[in-house]
Amino acid sequence: MSSYILRRLLLLIPVLIGVAIIVFGMVRLLPGDPAVAMAGVHATPQYIAQVRAELGLDEPIHVQFGVFVNRLFEGDLGISTRTRRPAAQEIWPRFKNTVYLTAIALFIASLVGITAGVISSVKPYSIYDQIVMLFSLFGVAAPVFWLGLILMLIFSVNLGWFPSSGMGTPLHFVLPAVTLAANSTALIARMTRSSMLEVLKNDYITTARAKGLKEKVIIIKHALRNALIPITTILGLRFGMLLGGAVLTETVFSWPGVGRLMVDSILARDYPVVQGSVLLLALMFVLINLFVDILYAFLDPQISYS
Amino acid sequence: MRLIDQKALRQLKRNKLAIIGIVFIISLFIIALFAPYIAPHDPYQTDFFNTLQGPSREFLLGTDDLGRDVLSRLIYGARISLTIGFISVAIGLIVGVPVGAISGYYGGKIDIITQRFVDIMMAFPGMLLAIIIVAVMGVGLVNAMIAVGVVSIPTYIRLVRGSVLSLKNKEFVQAAKAIGVRESVIIFKHILPHCLAPIIVQSSLQIGVAILWAAGLGFLGLGAQAPTPEWGAILSQGRGYIRTAHHVTTFPGIAIMLTVLGFNLLGDGLRDALDPKMRN
Repeated sequence: MSSYILRRLLLLIPVLIGVAIIVFGMVRLLPGDPAVAMAGVHATPQYIAQVRAELGLDEPIHVQFGVFVNRLFEGDLGISTRTRRPAAQEIWPRFKNTVYLTAIALFIASLVGITAGVISSVKPYSIYDQIVMLFSLFGVAAPVFWLGLILMLIFSVNLGWFPSSGMGTPLHFVLPAVTLAANSTALIARMTRSSMLEVLKNDYITTARAKGLKEKVIIIKHALRNALIPITTILGLRFGMLLGGAVLTETVFSWPGVGRLMVDSILARDYPVVQGSVLLLALMFVLINLFVDILYAFLDPQISYS
Repeated sequence: MRLIDQKALRQLKRNKLAIIGIVFIISLFIIALFAPYIAPHDPYQTDFFNTLQGPSREFLLGTDDLGRDVLSRLIYGARISLTIGFISVAIGLIVGVPVGAISGYYGGKIDIITQRFVDIMMAFPGMLLAIIIVAVMGVGLVNAMIAVGVVSIPTYIRLVRGSVLSLKNKEFVQAAKAIGVRESVIIFKHILPHCLAPIIVQSSLQIGVAILWAAGLGFLGLGAQAPTPEWGAILSQGRGYIRTAHHVTTFPGIAIMLTVLGFNLLGDGLRDALDPKMRN
């Protein structure tokens, strides 16, 4: 087990280097002078020269990369071209808002998705099952941003139950979190249902029934526990989808998160902020996936660690 | 070929949901193909006396903020969305299938390098990677299409590599090797045809994903730009008027959802028919 974790951690190193290269390369691949890109189009020649020196742009490319990584370790992501504040200071509070939103959405998606899936699997092909499956078909296909606008129209504009934009009170979380969760809820419900149906076919379930155990105990203790193993992996993958969906949800609800900051920064050509946002989102995604893989190994004794 | 065997076809025909998906996709193709004949108005024709009109007999799905007919714009938008879906899947296939096949067949260093490359691409949530590519290449419909296609490459590499790995030690491959068939022929003529089922299933589902993501990019202002009648962009333009004229937002969303649903239903149906092991 510990050798498996070690191997996973070692595999993390090339991935992190690759992520750093992509983020570093982004600005170099842009048409035009990277110093101008990093300083902003309206920057003074002096400032552009200063940025050029800081980035080491006159040095060979591998030295530039070294400078970039060094600065990353110091938490230095450059200066925002829009606000002239350190990019890290711009990104961090926004990043936390995205994490809150994503975590709540994942919680809603797991809770509702697994519950709906389990009930569906207990009575397959019943009317309830068919309703859940119909919802999940549409839930997977509905564009996040459209769903957000429709929920906003119904629950905010027409009914006035929830605020339509910004954050502050717990009520502000409801619409964005539900919007972001919808897609994943649908997928998790489908996964849970099929995983449960698979498990319920096993002999040990028949044995448990023959022993006269209560159906509730069989479903929750015997079946769901085993069905949850494949679902865990899906949860990890969903997290990445949620981070991607957060960009769209944040735009719909004017949520002050890092996704929206990133898109605004792309449109305003504020590349230091774009780089920092991308880096942080990718880092988080990588770490979550690592965590899920290790958790999966813990949950499933059949997986080989070699 | 194994693919079009009668049993699979029969199974697909029996799947009502898959049939619904196929019928919807075919209708969409016809609409896209004959858009100029079907659309009641010019999708680009502005009319400042009829802005933000609700659905009426003249404008079945109403008009947008510039008085353009929403239905006509959606009909022309079908062309764009289908193009996005097929072009981006083609990009994924053209790069992903050969790379995955070679990586799986030869193993060794090529495989290790490919796998690390895939790991790195998969370190980014798909939508985020698409946004990064657009950020570097510049906003616009064509770049959004390319971005969504590039993002799908690692999925194809993994899929094909896995299939090739499971086949490369089979007897028919050994036999071909023994009689001295060239390796490129073995890979592309002997092994790959057996991997077609998962590739086709994945592609059908991927078209839906591509349409969804490109619409998302359009919505963010990173994809198709005004006045292109791309569904995500139409939706984004309508957003500002959601309180007074929600039809400009509602209908393009429904168009996207139904299209994605169509390709998903087809993909699920194909999976059940072609590859019973993949069923979930």
